[in-house]
Amino acid sequence: MAETISLEVLRYSPERDAEPSFQTYDVPLRKDWVVLDALNYIKDKVDGSLTFRWSCRMGICGSCGMMVNGEPKLTCATFLSNYANENKPVRVQPLRYFPVIRDLVVEVTDFMTKLQSVKPWLIREKEKPVSDGEYLQTPDQLDRYKQFSMCINCLLCYAACPVYGLDPVFIGPAAIALAQRYNMDSRDEGAHERMDVLAQHEGIWGCTFVGECTKVCPKHVDPAGAIQQYKLTATIERFKTFLMPWAAR
Amino acid sequence: MSDERPPTRYTEYHPRWYRPRVSTWWWLARWPYLKFILREISSVFVAWFVVVLLLQIRALSRGPEAYAAFERWLQNPLIVLLNLITLFFVVFHATTWFNLAPSAMAIRFGGKRVPDLLIVGTNYAAWAAISLVVAWFLVRS
Ligand code: SF4
Ligand code: FES
Repeated sequence: MAETISLEVLRYSPERDAEPSFQTYDVPLRKDWVVLDALNYIKDKVDGSLTFRWSCRMGICGSCGMMVNGEPKLTCATFLSNYANENKPVRVQPLRYFPVIRDLVVEVTDFMTKLQSVKPWLIREKEKPVSDGEYLQTPDQLDRYKQFSMCINCLLCYAACPVYGLDPVFIGPAAIALAQRYNMDSRDEGAHERMDVLAQHEGIWGCTFVGECTKVCPKHVDPAGAIQQYKLTATIERFKTFLMPWAAR
Repeated sequence: MSDERPPTRYTEYHPRWYRPRVSTWWWLARWPYLKFILREISSVFVAWFVVVLLLQIRALSRGPEAYAAFERWLQNPLIVLLNLITLFFVVFHATTWFNLAPSAMAIRFGGKRVPDLLIVGTNYAAWAAISLVVAWFLVRS
């Protein structure tokens, strides 16, 4: 095995460059190193100007998402040794479909606004006073939404979604999965409030079920599943208001 | 200026960003994307089989002569070729959708989610069963 491995990293400086370009770095190839370790090595030892986001380096914070050889990956969970035998540099690029601020750092306000629009919190018609105790939930009820609650907002699913790339108004996989996380929660009563945002063209109906979001998700959230399941719910609700207008809210 | 861009709300007063463009050929970049596009295209072929079926029913209702003419039309090599391609796409359409079915249907039974394989399996079993019934009718006559 070679001692070093080359990384081809996308560099972009908003002050100097009109277009980004690749810069190649050789880093030691260590068995226990992930792509993020290599980037940190470059920043510490070779080129301190390289800019990227990371924090937990253990797949929890969701900030180290980048394109590695064209695939959206958490760089803290992607081992360099996986690429050692390919005999070509490992390409590291910022997450696809997001505007690039600098080097590997992308602008994610678009996602933040969308996430907020689906009201990802427990909505109660009437809050009960604290003195009445907590809202109880059985393990079965927890199980219904637990998978969707694992999302770490890493946005790999957006970078995998051609619909989001072509039509940036699409609310996108994670935001819809997180809306479902609350819709499926037995303590929540806000499903109809979220429906206005979700059941429109920019919401679930924008999705054509490419299914890549689910494949790249490092937390097995299955956003594609969440969207298709919600399509079913929305259709049933629509028929209900159509057949029984008096029951509509 | 504002109408050149999609109406997404990014932070104001931010330094210049680089906005990569999506290539027209994005669907050639990865096999799953190509597969997705093929799956979408397959609907055209599904529609073609529906047209063939409607033509067949029309011929049937117009009596034996019309039906014989319809059968001759079916034997035209071009139509045979088209129908072979169509068959391929219809099978592709059916299998890809069957395989996707479990993620669209989170069926719960006895407090647990029904395993994916069971949902896919049921779809294939129903397909096989219906095909057998159809085949039985065809062979019998
Ligand atoms: S759904 Fe998965 S891929 Fe998408 S942001 Fe959440 S954790 Fe990341
Ligand atoms: S650094 Fe936190 S998820 Fe990778």
